Amino acid sequence: MSAHIWIARDYLKCSGCRKCEIACSLFHEGKIWPEASRIRIFMLFPGLEVPHLCAQCEDYPCVSSCKFNALSIDKKTGAVVVNKRECVACGICIEACPGKIPWLHPKEKYILICDLCGGEPKCVEVCREGGWNALKIVQKTVLGFEKKNYKLYAREPEEVTRELAKIIYGEEVI
Amino acid sequence: MYGYSGKLLEIDLSNEKINEAKIDEEILRQYIGGRGLAAKILWDKLGTKWDSIDPLEPENILLMLTGPLTGFFPGGRICISGKSPQSNGIVGSTIGGEFGVELKCAGYDGIIISGKAEKPCYISILDSLVEIKQANSIWGKEAKETLKTLVNESRMEFQKSKLGKWREPAILYIGPAGERKVRLAAVMSKLTHAAGYGGYGAVMGSKNLKAVLVKGTGPLPEVFNMDEVNELIKTICKECYDNQALFRQWGTGYGGYYFGNATSSEPIKNWQEEWHDEKSYSVTQFERFWIKRYWGDFGCPTTCLKISAFRMNSKNIVGDNPDYELQAYLGTNLGIFDPVKNIYLSNLIDELGLCGINTGNILGFAGELYEKGILTGEDLDGLELTWGNIDAFASLTKKIAYREGIGDVLAEGVYRAALKLSKMKGKDLLKYAVQSKAIAIGAHGVRSGLDYTDEISYACSTQGGDHTSVAKIPLDHPNSELTVLFYDSSVICWFNDWAIRKDLKWKLIKAVTGWDITEKKWYEELAPRILSIQRILLLIGGPDVKWLPLKDDDDPPRFYEPLPSGPKVGRHIDKKKFEKERKEYYQALGWNEEGIPTTETLVKLGLNEMARFLKEKLKNFTF
Repeated sequence: MSAHIWIARDYLKCSGCRKCEIACSLFHEGKIWPEASRIRIFMLFPGLEVPHLCAQCEDYPCVSSCKFNALSIDKKTGAVVVNKRECVACGICIEACPGKIPWLHPKEKYILICDLCGGEPKCVEVCREGGWNALKIVQKTVLGFEKKNYKLYAREPEEVTRELAKIIYGEEVI
Repeated sequence: MYGYSGKLLEIDLSNEKINEAKIDEEILRQYIGGRGLAAKILWDKLGTKWDSIDPLEPENILLMLTGPLTGFFPGGRICISGKSPQSNGIVGSTIGGEFGVELKCAGYDGIIISGKAEKPCYISILDSLVEIKQANSIWGKEAKETLKTLVNESRMEFQKSKLGKWREPAILYIGPAGERKVRLAAVMSKLTHAAGYGGYGAVMGSKNLKAVLVKGTGPLPEVFNMDEVNELIKTICKECYDNQALFRQWGTGYGGYYFGNATSSEPIKNWQEEWHDEKSYSVTQFERFWIKRYWGDFGCPTTCLKISAFRMNSKNIVGDNPDYELQAYLGTNLGIFDPVKNIYLSNLIDELGLCGINTGNILGFAGELYEKGILTGEDLDGLELTWGNIDAFASLTKKIAYREGIGDVLAEGVYRAALKLSKMKGKDLLKYAVQSKAIAIGAHGVRSGLDYTDEISYACSTQGGDHTSVAKIPLDHPNSELTVLFYDSSVICWFNDWAIRKDLKWKLIKAVTGWDITEKKWYEELAPRILSIQRILLLIGGPDVKWLPLKDDDDPPRFYEPLPSGPKVGRHIDKKKFEKERKEYYQALGWNEEGIPTTETLVKLGLNEMARFLKEKLKNFTF
């Protein structure tokens, strides 16, 4: 339980380099494949880069929405695990997610959700190596004070972009 | 075939025909991609009628080409080419951003666009779904509005094909300048990215093509050895992290002060001076406005780009870093030494879709003519074009983009405008044009001898004033045109190669393609072949502009004037030394004294057909 982790994101620090997508798709697909990456950087307007990935909500609405028992929670990390054989790519979990984060695999019939790479997320690793630290690992505490907060990060990219625009550009851009 | 999809997308706008064409592996082995492949395609498709093809008429073709290393070598780029409406030769004009990566993920190595659409249009590519769409909602719009509209429209379209949150596509577009076929118009991406040299924004405009957008949902093409590619990417990034700290911190924005003060090679007031000590123009004064300090394109470890923002006259000015070239050309070259004014003008240039270098060059040219009383307030519709007058220079920039008044003349670029104004004023004004082959000379002067450029840099380049592609001896010099040709053909970022061991890119191209493209083979065979095609088509030129070998392979008259100040005061180009180096350079490439590739050289390079054509051409054609 103590090994549960979460990936915090600092939008202002994201350089838009997308090394996280390269690392994620190489780890999970063995290829450089941005649209099959479990983390996707949205750039709805240049300069406003939004890393979009699972926030591991404490009530896991995606898991409870699945009618095919294709989603479960990893005991060690707390990540949502997709059972590729059970998943029918119906997309109900996308609707259930407050941030509309799950993304259908571009070629296969299953949903893509961040699995935290089994506890050592590659996206965080490359972001740290590069010195940007837009992504950081947060250890979940035993008492779980932070629990409610995770879900607050499960937001739609348009909403985050609008807020960022006000901070960075001082205006509405989308 | 590894590293490529092996397919090109051919789009005929006149007949609204879309076709997928296979590329012969042997051609890719010889021409790699990007600028190299552009030379081959242009020679094959337009070569024998080159001199009759007007770059701004439908018979010209527009190329958007990736290379095998695009997406693998850190930092994404794409190469834009065609017959240039500036030099009337071939320019390989590369631009940063995700377009190349998205295109490869959509299953194409490049796009060939021919003909002209009846009405303003844009091209939308979602994997194999390629459509020509009406551009009513974006035609006439400036950069940011164009981007916003296209992102919204395309995401709504994509949404129809699949559930979930779609991301934005990568977009190449033109501003109002390109729509009006201004020869200084760039092909743009994102906010600040531009393929400026060559003037391909005007070619897009001439085809009634406002934008091309692409979303590819597939992976990058399969490579020869993925494990090795992976390791090499890690190594390249590591070396960039370790060695490219200056560019990460400041981009080239340190140059506004440095190249003026330290190397005395910064254009000031249309190159009348090249040295200054204006600390107001140092990078520390620019970085106060940087709201995004580390910004990069796909996979980039250096993230040298910066975004500036501030409020001015109750409006938000958001835009370019600016990088060094724009600090110089939209700053010092116009007598501006104030970061705020420079950022403002750079932002305006981006919104209008103009090339900052070529436009800043002609603004400086106009400024000098005004200073000398040759261009009057009357000629300029009342503008007082004194050095540093930001309002006047901004107004003139808009006139150029919209071809209003004198702007219509200046929109033709510095070379053509100088010829026209010479006629109007009855005196030789070409001597004030700081250009080579109708392409503005990059902001790295040659007179001081302290910068990376020298006497033959621009005079002998197949891309004229392009400071990223300079002639240099020895041919395998890290800054030579042959080296840059590799960046432009494998389509990668030169800045990231600077920081790493030289053998890494050769290892990477082998790991990606499986082909044995060695450094030796590149400099002795592949690069000279591509460069010879570029040189011959540049010399054939036409129909409105032609270059004479030797006469036009020269530095602009300004560079023969002594530097008036700075550490190398009094220094200027030495004609004898220049001519000697030019001869050596041509010899090294197997070209004759006039810089024309000899039959022997062409045959050796396997360009037999070109040799025959050239022989025929030379019979009834004087260069």
